[in-house]
Amino acid sequence: MSAAPSLAALAASTTSTGEAVQFWILGTVAVIGALSTILMRRAVHSALCLAGTMIILAVFYLANGAYFLGIVQVVVYTGAIMMLFLFVVMLVGVTAADSLKESIKGQRWLAALCALGFGALLIAGISRASLGASNGLAAANAGGNVEGLAALIFTKYVFAFEITGALLITAAVGAMVLTHRERTEKAATQRELAERRVREGKHLPPLPAPGVYARHNAVDIAGLLPDGTPSELTVSQTLRARGQVRDVSTEALNDLKALEQRSEERLGRRPAPARTARGGAEHEEENDR
Amino acid sequence: MENLIALLVAAPLLGAAVLLCGGRRLDRFGHLLGTALAAASFVVGAVLFFDMLGRGAEERALHQTLFAWVPVEGFQANIAFQLDQLSMTFVLLITGVGTLIHVYSIGYMEHDERRRRFFGYLNLFLAAMLLLVLADNYLLLYFGWEGVGLASYLLIGFWQHKPSAATAAKKAFLVNRVGDIGLSIAIMLMFTTFGTFTFGPVFEQTGQAGQGTLTAIGLMLLLAACGKSAQVPLQSWLGDAMEGPTPVSALIHAATMVTAGVYLITRSGAIFDAAPDAQLAVVVVGAVTLLFGAIVGCAKDDIKKALAGSTMSQIGYMVLAAGLGPIGYVFAIMHLVTHGFFKAGLFLGAGSVMHAMNDEVDMRKYGGLRKYMPVTFVTFGLGYLAIIGFPGLSGFWSKDKIIEAAFAKGGAEGWILGAVTLLGAGITAYYMTRVMLMTFFGEKRWQPAPAADAATDVEPSADHRPGELPHPHESPTSMTLPMIVLAFGSVFAGGLFSLNSAFVHWLEPVTKFEHGHPPVGAAVITTATIVVLLIGVGIAYAQYGRKPVPVTAPRGSLLTRAARRDLLQDDFNHVVLVRGGEHLTRSLVYLDHSLVDGVVNGTAASVGGLSGRLRRLQNGFARSYALSMFGGTAVLIAATLLMRGV
Amino acid sequence: MNPVNYLYLAALLFTIGATGVLIRRNAIVVFMCVELMLNACNLAFVAFSRMHGNLDGQIIAFFTMVVAAAEVVVGLAIIVSLFRSRHSASVDDASLMKL
Repeated sequence: MSAAPSLAALAASTTSTGEAVQFWILGTVAVIGALSTILMRRAVHSALCLAGTMIILAVFYLANGAYFLGIVQVVVYTGAIMMLFLFVVMLVGVTAADSLKESIKGQRWLAALCALGFGALLIAGISRASLGASNGLAAANAGGNVEGLAALIFTKYVFAFEITGALLITAAVGAMVLTHRERTEKAATQRELAERRVREGKHLPPLPAPGVYARHNAVDIAGLLPDGTPSELTVSQTLRARGQVRDVSTEALNDLKALEQRSEERLGRRPAPARTARGGAEHEEENDR
Repeated sequence: MENLIALLVAAPLLGAAVLLCGGRRLDRFGHLLGTALAAASFVVGAVLFFDMLGRGAEERALHQTLFAWVPVEGFQANIAFQLDQLSMTFVLLITGVGTLIHVYSIGYMEHDERRRRFFGYLNLFLAAMLLLVLADNYLLLYFGWEGVGLASYLLIGFWQHKPSAATAAKKAFLVNRVGDIGLSIAIMLMFTTFGTFTFGPVFEQTGQAGQGTLTAIGLMLLLAACGKSAQVPLQSWLGDAMEGPTPVSALIHAATMVTAGVYLITRSGAIFDAAPDAQLAVVVVGAVTLLFGAIVGCAKDDIKKALAGSTMSQIGYMVLAAGLGPIGYVFAIMHLVTHGFFKAGLFLGAGSVMHAMNDEVDMRKYGGLRKYMPVTFVTFGLGYLAIIGFPGLSGFWSKDKIIEAAFAKGGAEGWILGAVTLLGAGITAYYMTRVMLMTFFGEKRWQPAPAADAATDVEPSADHRPGELPHPHESPTSMTLPMIVLAFGSVFAGGLFSLNSAFVHWLEPVTKFEHGHPPVGAAVITTATIVVLLIGVGIAYAQYGRKPVPVTAPRGSLLTRAARRDLLQDDFNHVVLVRGGEHLTRSLVYLDHSLVDGVVNGTAASVGGLSGRLRRLQNGFARSYALSMFGGTAVLIAATLLMRGV
Repeated sequence: MNPVNYLYLAALLFTIGATGVLIRRNAIVVFMCVELMLNACNLAFVAFSRMHGNLDGQIIAFFTMVVAAAEVVVGLAIIVSLFRSRHSASVDDASLMKL
């Protein structure tokens, strides 16, 4: 709290040059972060970009003399809420490589239009508002920012504070109720699962293992079916969702073709009709990685 | 005494209710009960008549209010009766002739399984007809008017198993509807003009109404009269109505109901007197129908249809007389009464002949019946003499007066009308002589009864076998007795009425009376009438008495053929009304389909299409909805800023 | 530099967040965008607090944070349970608003 007077001076009505520099640099980064948040394909990236924006906002809070809020922003928002987001993303969002293709006709254009209009109106409104001279928080923060806030929270806003407490408890209970799942039936045994698989008539044998006919004995290389095509089923669902499946079938097929040709030459047989290679050039590129 | 008036209506109404609701257990004596109640009504009528005679001419009208029928603010309709001399005349005619025809029907309908029902309908008719003539306001009159229409419908179609009878009943009902609309419009006009439709107040206020309104009311009343009295142009139903049992033809379609139109015009005399245009229309209708009916009567071989044409023609006389105003009203009613006697007698005679001839109606297959059916011959003959206006008999007195009144109309009109009535008298003499000669004189042209037809064989006299010649015989007493009584009426009624102008004095307080002054002397007119009459008889004798009558009708002249088809009235109706209606309906249907449905369907389709497009906005995606919210917020901000800016 | 610039930044961030809500289909990312909008508001509150020279704006921002925390807890719980039942975190897939 020893730095409080100097910081309070910073939060005066006319900002210092330092703050202006800080605003322009960090403000640009914050806007970029926000844009990245809504434009990133993967939810994880979005969450990280948002976290960055929030940290910048925490800096701005501090710059505006809201020391307590600045810290709370870092601790609660960035530290807790965003981590909760990440947690949930990891929990449910592995498949969430959101295709950015719009499914509702015209939604994106209309949204952009509305956003432009809305932003323009908002900014025009702010520019036209008579905001008066900035007073600065020097007086309000004279006894310390935290003390000032505490005095207000426990006097003027005490009821709102209490109600917010009740809201938090309710939210906690609600989240528990929503996510808690009572197991109402006995878990299926191995035997029952096997029987059900037979009854349903699909995948009677165990799922094929990855890495069959593979040059690399790795979990991200799909096994090959008898006709040489790769089976996506052999790779972990998560990898599939992320599009991180590698394909070796083209190489294997080429090898096979070369082998057949060699044997034909040796045996003097007519060449078999050429088989078309499955998979594209991009697969080869990936394989070379 | 006035409390008895309701009894007049109540007796036959009770009879109708009991007979129609009583069921089969009344079959044994139902006809007697019906006849007794009709007779009771006649007795009450007679008592009231003699009571009325006991009072001065101006105090004879009686009133009885039973109860308020529609008591509404500014609209008061009562079940109230008015018995004046005009009503009294009708009451006696209706109950008298009605009772006689009840008696006749006992014999005529003896073999009919549904005799009880027949008498129920007859009683219903009597009640409705009495209500019609006793009502003291037009609304109650309308009630009775519809009642007789219903009874007429039921009785024409009494042998409903015959398609022709069912069709005829329907036709009569529908044509009558047209007239009834006229009456209802007239009543509405009266109410809007006078604020009431009670006879007395309406007639007192005729002076205050505009000429146009009065003419409109008069024309509407005339339309009603045309419908009920089978006058041109609504005459087409009467000929077909002969499909009903003969007593019905005698009572309803000759003596009483068809004269309701004349009653209406006479009763509404005050209105017509104030509307000369309407009165002229009445005269024209009467004159046209007079000739129309007479010409049709000349060509028909069906005895009942010939008589029906005659009825039309005679009612034409009455309507013409009623249209002449105060110089004619009395004679219209007088002719109405005498006509009631002789025409009922003629119809009953025709029924008797048919009864004897295996229900054969074609006069060409009659002939020489005078020896076999003496009573019928004599009564029919007296009726014949009465209708042609043989001097001294009923028809002479009444018809002669009408011809005089027609001449007395004055001017060219008077001469034209006089000539028409004279010509009508001649034609009447011709066709009635024809009927007489073909039926009772000449050689026998009897034909074997046609093979039993299941559809028609349920008719009354079933005592014959197919393939045999008929065995004509005199009808039972129950049938001859009414014919005899009516024959007496045919002979003496006219003379009695004319004695000291008794009938004129009797009716004068109600209908007013003016002495007409024909341009030539009454004696000249009477002589001319007799001459015309003799010419008509002579021609008929030359054609049908001197030469044998062919069994199959000769082709005949164009006029004859047209007259056989009722002067093409049905063809006219078909071409003008039915075809026209069909075309109108078709075009309306087309209009309905294309325009009305088009608009309705178009509206529905456009709403549907619009909804289909709007529905796409509801695509179910939360993001879409969020977008509209976002856009809405933007609009709100813009609005706020604009308001601030202004 | 005028502190009003913080408001412009807040408006920009808010608009970006709103756009994200509209164009992203992954429920988690949508949620993040909501958080971004809330943070933009907080920044505006803090800036206002500085301009007005009192701490009420910071209090509001503080409450917003608390409520946002509660909202995130419940929202993420909903997403988790939704994912469990539908194996998808797409807001479009979860749509039952149109039959």
